[in-house]
Amino acid sequence: MDNTLSHEQHAQIQAHIQAHQHVPGGLMPLLHAIQDDIGYVPEAVYPEIAKALALSVAEVHGVVSFYHHFRTHPIGKHILQVCRAESCQSMGSAKLEAELKAKLGVDYHQTTADGEVTLLPVYCLGNCGCSPAVMLDDEVYGRMSTDKVTALISEVCHG
Amino acid sequence: MVKVYVPIDSTALSLGAERTAKKIMQEAQSRGVEMTLVRNGSRGLFWLEPLVEVETAQGRVAFGPVQPSDVAGLFNAEFTNALADKAKAHPLYLGLTDELAWLKKQQRLTFARVGITDPLSLEDYLAHDGYQGLKNALAMSGADIVKAVTDSGLRGRGGAAFPTGIKWNTVLNAPAEQKYVVCNADEGDSGTYSDRMIMEDDPFVLIEGMTIAGIAVGATQGYIYLRSEYPHALKTLNEAIRKANLAGYLGENILGSGHTFHLEVRRAAGAYVCGEETSLLESLEGKRGLVRFKPPLPAIEGLFGKPTIVNNVISLATVPIILDKGAQYYADYGMGRSRGTLPIQLAGNLKQTGLVELAFGATLRELLYDHGGGSASGRPIRAVQVGGPLGAYLPESQFDTPLDYEAFTKIWAVLGHGGIVAFDDSVDMANMARYAFEFCAVESCGKCTPCRIGSTRGVEVMDKIVLGKNHPQNVQLLRDLSDTMLNGSLCALGGMTPYPVLSALNHFPEDFGLSNKEAAA
Repeated sequence: MDNTLSHEQHAQIQAHIQAHQHVPGGLMPLLHAIQDDIGYVPEAVYPEIAKALALSVAEVHGVVSFYHHFRTHPIGKHILQVCRAESCQSMGSAKLEAELKAKLGVDYHQTTADGEVTLLPVYCLGNCGCSPAVMLDDEVYGRMSTDKVTALISEVCHG
Repeated sequence: MVKVYVPIDSTALSLGAERTAKKIMQEAQSRGVEMTLVRNGSRGLFWLEPLVEVETAQGRVAFGPVQPSDVAGLFNAEFTNALADKAKAHPLYLGLTDELAWLKKQQRLTFARVGITDPLSLEDYLAHDGYQGLKNALAMSGADIVKAVTDSGLRGRGGAAFPTGIKWNTVLNAPAEQKYVVCNADEGDSGTYSDRMIMEDDPFVLIEGMTIAGIAVGATQGYIYLRSEYPHALKTLNEAIRKANLAGYLGENILGSGHTFHLEVRRAAGAYVCGEETSLLESLEGKRGLVRFKPPLPAIEGLFGKPTIVNNVISLATVPIILDKGAQYYADYGMGRSRGTLPIQLAGNLKQTGLVELAFGATLRELLYDHGGGSASGRPIRAVQVGGPLGAYLPESQFDTPLDYEAFTKIWAVLGHGGIVAFDDSVDMANMARYAFEFCAVESCGKCTPCRIGSTRGVEVMDKIVLGKNHPQNVQLLRDLSDTMLNGSLCALGGMTPYPVLSALNHFPEDFGLSNKEAAA
């Protein structure tokens, strides 16, 4: 077992594995459930998942690594996703992403030095009528500028 | 008690609707104004969101866009008495919602209830013709339901435009112990959000459509494969499914008919390629989203190897009105072989963005200027991408093309899922072509070589073209590569990435540092 996981986290993972092992196509919902609780899918639990779902460890690794959404390492307290798709580009998202990277001092897939915000690219948030759009944790925001996003970040981090 | 409406749709929320709603409740309480706050879907006029509506004897009156800082002023103008002169004098007063030109010009069939009802009120749904289609379907044979869908002319609204009824018929006639209905809600195309709006703003219509599909072909289990970027849609769908189960519209013995249909939402995980139906099925089975070879068709061997209907959200959400009003009613809209209506999504650099449902046949120019009001930036609209990241870029000379599947095919473009993204003249089309390859490289499932390798080689050759290196040879290389991807890829991701690339090159050669003659060479 991964010794960076607490007993409580390990118990949560065990419960999720039990709840999903007989669900048809249960691997995806299981990975979501684990990541929702723990924040990522620890590689150390692949063997347990594999055993319970009658898969190989390689298959579990294959699925986790295929999907952009799943992570294998802890990230910042908050996730900021910046839309890179065409509609947002038509409204200046390239400038927004460059400025946000500079302001936060990180590139995509990196976390700010204070551990607060992880910056991720996203390809469409379905808010294309109000580009450029970002998503901070589970909330989407439209017609964004660097100043507006910065204000949102300080609101969730310090507000 | 007067009803006040503040939308709960993601786009309205993204512009502050939650804070506006809270502020309205606070002001009402502190001023002792009696009202009921209803959280409705969005009417789809995004430049006016958050759009606040007040119920009156003449219909709903709209105010917008309403920021929290505007709320005190609205109460000062006694906006809940919306027919009085004092309310009419408020600068955010827009008049009767139904009289707004944006809505008056539309033909809302699939979106008939969107923005009007409380999305999670089954009573509201029933009071606005909800479940009439299912009731009719329960009195029909499976073959007759399928025939109605076929006769309506409905074609897959996800983008491929395959006749929905023919797909259903294949599943109907495939003998199997277990069949499935899968809703493709992995709406990944930039410029599209109509699936999201249906799921957040009128979820019961999708549930009803899937239930009818299940009853028609004898499928007892349905899955909605929902993209992970839509957390609000997830919550709304799960709650609507719970309510439908409780009320006997889902589960066993639906409305006492003896029919069974179970429905479950499954979350995707951020892979664009899983919008391709066979990749989606792999993902639903808990595997990497690798595209399958066809045949066998999913209608014969789909989810877990069983006959499966895979339809887009809009296709399924259109089924209830077809079964309610009849196939002919729906087929009477539209042009040529494109029957019915298309929920069009205006996006990108436009003054007025939002949802426009129209019969097929309106021109791109009408949508961009009459509905969209021209560019948001005030600069000329130079290029328009229709149909998502795999759709062609169209120049001004093609703006008179009618929205019709065949008319778009004729100009080597696609209508796709009905998303329209406008760019002003500051766009660099070589950059957009490079981005198309970059996106394909990020999202390729890796199964076929043209897509997996071609996308990365495409980014490289575009970089050389942009730097002006060895121009004629590299443009030729770009065309050769595009040809290989077009003809050699397993699915639309690799197979259609050349659409944005070559349309950008052909229509905007100057951005690639070429004269028209050089580009054609």
